[in-house]
Amino acid sequence: MTELTLEESSEKRELFEKQIQAGEKIEPKDWMPERFRKQLIRMISQHAHSEIVGMLPEGNWITRAPNFRRKKTLLAKVQDEAGHGLYLYCATETLGIDRSELVEQLLTGKAKYSSIFNYPTLSWADIGVIGWLVDGAAIVNQTSLAKTSYGPYSRAMVRICKEENFHKKQGYEIVTGLAKGTPEQRDMVQDSVNRWWWPSLMMFGPSDKDSPNSKELLAWGVKRRSNDELRQRFVNLTVPQAKAAGVTLPDPELRYNEETQDWEFGPINWEEFWQVVSGNGPCNRERMKARQDAHSSGAWVREAAEAYAEKQQRKRAAA
Amino acid sequence: MTAASKENNCKTGETQWDLWEVFTQPKTGAPHEHAGSLHAPDREMALQNARDVYSRRGEAVSIWVVPAREISATLPDDSGPFFEPGNDKVYRHPQFYSVPRGIKL
Ligand SMILES: [Fe+2]
Ligand SMILES: [Fe+2]
Repeated sequence: MTELTLEESSEKRELFEKQIQAGEKIEPKDWMPERFRKQLIRMISQHAHSEIVGMLPEGNWITRAPNFRRKKTLLAKVQDEAGHGLYLYCATETLGIDRSELVEQLLTGKAKYSSIFNYPTLSWADIGVIGWLVDGAAIVNQTSLAKTSYGPYSRAMVRICKEENFHKKQGYEIVTGLAKGTPEQRDMVQDSVNRWWWPSLMMFGPSDKDSPNSKELLAWGVKRRSNDELRQRFVNLTVPQAKAAGVTLPDPELRYNEETQDWEFGPINWEEFWQVVSGNGPCNRERMKARQDAHSSGAWVREAAEAYAEKQQRKRAAA
Repeated sequence: MTAASKENNCKTGETQWDLWEVFTQPKTGAPHEHAGSLHAPDREMALQNARDVYSRRGEAVSIWVVPAREISATLPDDSGPFFEPGNDKVYRHPQFYSVPRGIKL
């Protein structure tokens, strides 16, 4: 790309700001500030990595699903998450970075992914609770991001949102089933809710006052709602669902505020959040190793596909 | 068409295959629409991957894959002058013409 004079670039910036103000989408070939590009690459690729790493905790239960219906469902869900990762890598690539570089950032630990996936899936109930709470939280976030100002990200989000509903529903079905089950099943699902509730709230990221990127991203319309707003929306949606399912959310401070019509909740343990983000969660190392192993043991498949493509091409040339 | 353009540009051994743009037709009679893109070493795999990535729930009855680098596109910069010729020709729209009152055309 050619260097712009100062005047040109201020003209371009003005046009960019105008597009954002008017709620128009920014498309890959439009001029955009370098910082906008960088922040988008960081945000969308983190999102892509989360979809990919997110397959691991659930993949853990595919071979042990309690029946064939649940097994098929879980396989389909995990496959969807792989698809989500791919849509998002493609969206990131439109910003001028190669997927190979993004994959490298993930495998070398340079890139971050959602900290929720660094918690272990200890029981079958976790599969239900993940679908209900983790996918539920993701849906709240992604529904808001479907209106993001960057065209390819927005389109990927719309596609993803359509698929997520089934993820949440199948999870909630497992939860309500177990909650109506034997005392052991009820204990198992309550234990699972106890472990996943707070990490699910942390999925929305740090509180607005401690989120350095949020202000800028909101101003650019990349984010449409702040972390705290989305978190509140999620709590408001989830409390009645927990009641209906017959499980208890592990927060003694949870209470309804008639005035704001919000479910107020107790303080989040941000110390734990930062520990997990910085690599000290229960499964950080295990997840990274699983990704690295999957990548290297899949190398022969990629090589075979390439060899086959080359052979076909030679045949075509000879014909 | 060249096959796998290998650019083994990182230690992890991830190869960067060609980028393909995917167009899907949701039902017969509808136009093909851009669905997204993917990487594949050849057109067969591009089609198979397109089916798996962009049509897991019957979203398509037909799929096109096109190597991204074969696509020519206008640039935002020249879009003004490029589309200009169409903008000042109001007579291409039906509202430009007057018809006697009470007549339905
Ligand atoms: Fe997903
Ligand atoms: Fe999901």
